[in-house]
Amino acid sequence: MLEATGLFGIGWLSLAIWVPILAGVLILTTGDDSNAEGQRTLALLGALAGFAAAVPLWTGFDAATPVMQFEELASWIPAFNINYHLGVDGIAMPFVLLNSFTTILVVLAGWQVIQSKVGQYMAAFLIQSGLINGVFCALDGVLFYVFFEAMLIPLYLIIGMWGGQNRVYAAIKFFLYTLLGSLLMLVAMMYLFFQADGSFEILAWHKAGLTMTAQVLLFVAFFFAFAVKVPMWPVHTWLPDAHVEAPTGGSVVLAAITLKVGAYGFLRFILPIVPDAAHELTWLIVTFSLIAVVYIGLVALVQSDMKKLIAYSSIAHMGFVTLGFFLFNPLGIEGGLIQMISHGFVSAAMFLCVGVMYDRMHSRQIADYGGVANTMPKFAAFFMLFAMANAGLPATSGFVGEFMVVLGAVQVNFWWAALAATTLIFGAAYTLWMVKRVVFGKVANEHVAELTDIDGREFIVLGILALCVLGMGVYPLPFTEVMHASVDNLLAHVAHSKLVY
Amino acid sequence: MDMQSLYLTVPLAPLAGALVAGLFGRSIGRTGAHLVTILGVLVSFLASILIFQDVLAGNTFNGALYTWITSGDVSLEIGFLIDRLTTVMMLVVTFVSLCVHVYTIGYMSDDDGYQRFFSYISLFTFSMLMLVMSNNFLQLFFGWEAVGLVSYLLIGFWYTRESAIYANLKAFLVNRVGDFGFLLGIGLVLAYFGSLDYAQVFQKAPTLAHESISILDGHAWSLLTVICILLFIGAMGKSAQFPLHVWLPDSMEGPTPISALIHAATMVTAGIFMVARMSPLFELSDTALSFVMIIGAITALFMGFLGMIQNDIKRVVAYSTLSQLGYMTVALGASAYSVAIFHLMTHAFFKALLFLAAGSVIIGMHHDQDIRNMGGLRKYMPITWITLLIGSLALIGTPGLSGFFSKDSIILATYASDLYGSGFAAFAVTAGVFVTAFYSFRMYFLVFHGKERFHNAHAGHDQEGGKDDDQHGHHGGGHGTPHESPWVVWLPLVLLAIPSVYAGWAYIEPMLFGDYFGGAIFVNHEAHKAMSDLAHHFHGAGAMTLHALMTLPFWLAVAGVATAYYLYMVRRDLPEKIRRQAGVLYTILDQKYGFDRFNDWFFAGGARWLGGRLWRWGDVTAIDGVMVNGSARVVGQFARLARGLQSGYIYHYAFAMIIGVALLVTVFVG
Repeated sequence: MLEATGLFGIGWLSLAIWVPILAGVLILTTGDDSNAEGQRTLALLGALAGFAAAVPLWTGFDAATPVMQFEELASWIPAFNINYHLGVDGIAMPFVLLNSFTTILVVLAGWQVIQSKVGQYMAAFLIQSGLINGVFCALDGVLFYVFFEAMLIPLYLIIGMWGGQNRVYAAIKFFLYTLLGSLLMLVAMMYLFFQADGSFEILAWHKAGLTMTAQVLLFVAFFFAFAVKVPMWPVHTWLPDAHVEAPTGGSVVLAAITLKVGAYGFLRFILPIVPDAAHELTWLIVTFSLIAVVYIGLVALVQSDMKKLIAYSSIAHMGFVTLGFFLFNPLGIEGGLIQMISHGFVSAAMFLCVGVMYDRMHSRQIADYGGVANTMPKFAAFFMLFAMANAGLPATSGFVGEFMVVLGAVQVNFWWAALAATTLIFGAAYTLWMVKRVVFGKVANEHVAELTDIDGREFIVLGILALCVLGMGVYPLPFTEVMHASVDNLLAHVAHSKLVY
Repeated sequence: MDMQSLYLTVPLAPLAGALVAGLFGRSIGRTGAHLVTILGVLVSFLASILIFQDVLAGNTFNGALYTWITSGDVSLEIGFLIDRLTTVMMLVVTFVSLCVHVYTIGYMSDDDGYQRFFSYISLFTFSMLMLVMSNNFLQLFFGWEAVGLVSYLLIGFWYTRESAIYANLKAFLVNRVGDFGFLLGIGLVLAYFGSLDYAQVFQKAPTLAHESISILDGHAWSLLTVICILLFIGAMGKSAQFPLHVWLPDSMEGPTPISALIHAATMVTAGIFMVARMSPLFELSDTALSFVMIIGAITALFMGFLGMIQNDIKRVVAYSTLSQLGYMTVALGASAYSVAIFHLMTHAFFKALLFLAAGSVIIGMHHDQDIRNMGGLRKYMPITWITLLIGSLALIGTPGLSGFFSKDSIILATYASDLYGSGFAAFAVTAGVFVTAFYSFRMYFLVFHGKERFHNAHAGHDQEGGKDDDQHGHHGGGHGTPHESPWVVWLPLVLLAIPSVYAGWAYIEPMLFGDYFGGAIFVNHEAHKAMSDLAHHFHGAGAMTLHALMTLPFWLAVAGVATAYYLYMVRRDLPEKIRRQAGVLYTILDQKYGFDRFNDWFFAGGARWLGGRLWRWGDVTAIDGVMVNGSARVVGQFARLARGLQSGYIYHYAFAMIIGVALLVTVFVG
């Protein structure tokens, strides 16, 4: 299955990238909101087609090998040896699916809520979806960089155009934060080009020998680019603002997918390219990760805005991902990857739930709610389930990754595990305290009394996510199985020093 | 049907019932919901009996159902271990659950959440069965958290009541504190044993008996002591041991059937079961056993004291449960695991009986729970009266009844133990006998004897019936004459009264001194002599009963009953005088030793204070203020550009730019 088979001679990876982008461009040509209904339909078809192009990656995946699969290679800019080189391994492949899947949900979630500039809204999400697939598939550094930067533009516009009151501030804060990191990464890539004998091949960079000084500097450069995206403490403050201002769909993509790009960068770039620096600086990443779990857990507790609370909870959950990666054992890395996928489902669901309430009440303030279960029992049941997943309850996907990372951490350092395990308490505290104030209790005011329960479309979106959350919690084996070969290979690679003196 | 399908049937039948009642509750209606769930639990109970017989015939099972995850050389599985310890638990859980299901038909008959309630209690039964049938730590933790979830949902079942949703959050969080230790214990097990499978871990345990780990620099601790204490912290949460006991009294906010099922008979005994299951580990650490025994002793005595001053009928029983869980924990610490399980079983019968009878009283009293408003109820509720009396007699250890055999065995085991702390534990469990007898019969006399006080009780009672949702609203305002409950309510009382009487007499010999538990429970008889000592002095149930009449615990129990009789039947004026005289002592008990206040102030308040400070000083001031807005001027300049965003045109420009750059580079450089 290593050669790219696809449709009409186009590989599956290219299809997963370009089908949504082309669908998005096509929507842009269909004019203004007078065609909104057609634009929505077109968007849904585009998202479904994009997902359909990603499904063969799962079904045709050979889990036994760590080498890149579905590879496509074409020359792009021969003068600099820059190639259109795509391929996925067990680390990248799940995220192409997760991203394509999330796009469908986002299109459905914006179906009725978005009434102005519908075409542009839908197009932005589809184009973004294709670009993010490009990030996960790119094996050429420059190609990666182009996708990595380009994917920010639709998100930036989504926040800037359909966002809340303070959207310009949030969009710019987001843009500046990420821009700083990206520029450093570009410099790092230039340097690697020369170290790898004039190649932009990421896999060639993995093999290039480097001095410790170079490794540390490269580590810092890549770290800035990716840590901002994850986001890790202390470069996280853009995320709560961006979430608060973003429309629901924007928050969903931001939480479910965009954050994962940063974490993915750690595995594709930092660990294999600068393994010695990574080992050397483990203390730093672990410290930041544990601060994310404990400090951010406490900060989440005092938030009065639901979206901010969930945003902070995302940062805490991503702390588990980076902690897991820097444990350098299979449980840690696979646990981190599982946590990334699970967080894609759970945070998407949590933001959609807030969106459901926001569409009706136009408020995200916890204090404006109370007793929602009385008027929206079906919604309350879903919200309860996702809240429990957010609190890491076993038999939901939220448990699997955290459990694996804690088990992996105990093997390395008991106190790391102990600090990470405080999420059992903090995660439950901030999530369930919010549930208590929003869902339970007497009907708080006449606005809550007038709430109508979720409609069929909302039920389907939340129901699909509920099945994902439960399915992955009860039977996560298929998710870990596709990763084994790639993760073992990565660990073997990282265990060998590539220092040159 | 082969045995493995039968094993699967046991948890899956209640799960199916829960799913049907939960998802299709509206279409199948009330009758449909209780029929389908009761059928599920009945099937599960009958299957458990068949499995019990199979296990008695010498068959056991230990195998995986499916692989949950693999990672590196670790493989975590979902699977069953069916042995004699498991089957005792399966029978207890399914039998009590069945009784509670039937009882619920009557108790919840006019509640809007009828179907939801049946769905939850069947889901609970499933979770509890998965917990006890597990053959590994992973699934144990699954069940552990799942029963916690259902407990959370059921304590907050009447979700419009502020006190209920406060109590369920508190219960969940306190349990999570225990789970924190439990999870780390499991983590250490995997790190050092390389497996989470019970059989593999237990087999390897002796080889690690002298392994030490250095958690704090320079202090080498025995690995197994650390593991056992961490695991036991989990048990302290779930089984409500001091100082993590604080959630259990508040859990009485839930409807009474679940107080009986979850917060008395089954879920809260999960910690006891877990330690008994882990006996091959605990036997290797005297330090851990001492810790267990001391915690249990504190709980047994000091929680009993609190039961003496409660006026809410359910809270009396709740503190009694705490105290009895302490007794079981003491037994674990004395290496008398089989005695702990024996007491777990008898306690499940008589305590479920007491709770359900209390619920019957509450129905009869039109949802008033204050025992000061009762009195003389025996005339109006004869079946409830007799069954509650049987339960109380069993609880205080009346020779011949079930509680006597299990509780006296615990006391004797404590006397026989020579671990550090066993002296204190012996004192606590002995003194506890008086306390138990006193609070049990204080409640009994106040409820069933003496003057009928329900006619002049004030209407505005604020307990279960006074909850502000309207489903019980029609009970409000004034008291009618109490009445006996319908048969669906009293039948479970009778069913539970039967084993409350005979289970001790019939099973003490095989469970404690026969080889009933076989290999399921491991005791190092060389080092921990309690069980061999007990066996040495045991000459049959009859002899034990007769002998008891000459022992201290019996006379302490008699004294407890007599004191209660004197204070609440003869000299009704005395309790009030004592209360005023006791002053500080009474305040301490009334404040429940101040734990709730301290926890609210220190942990809940402290976490919010710290979170607020970190947010203000860390995120807002330090990071955003200095780092981000330090570049505020840059932002300002960008902002001027960005105003164009709202037009929507820049959208197109941005894309044109990216695509343009890519094209230019391709064409000119390429």
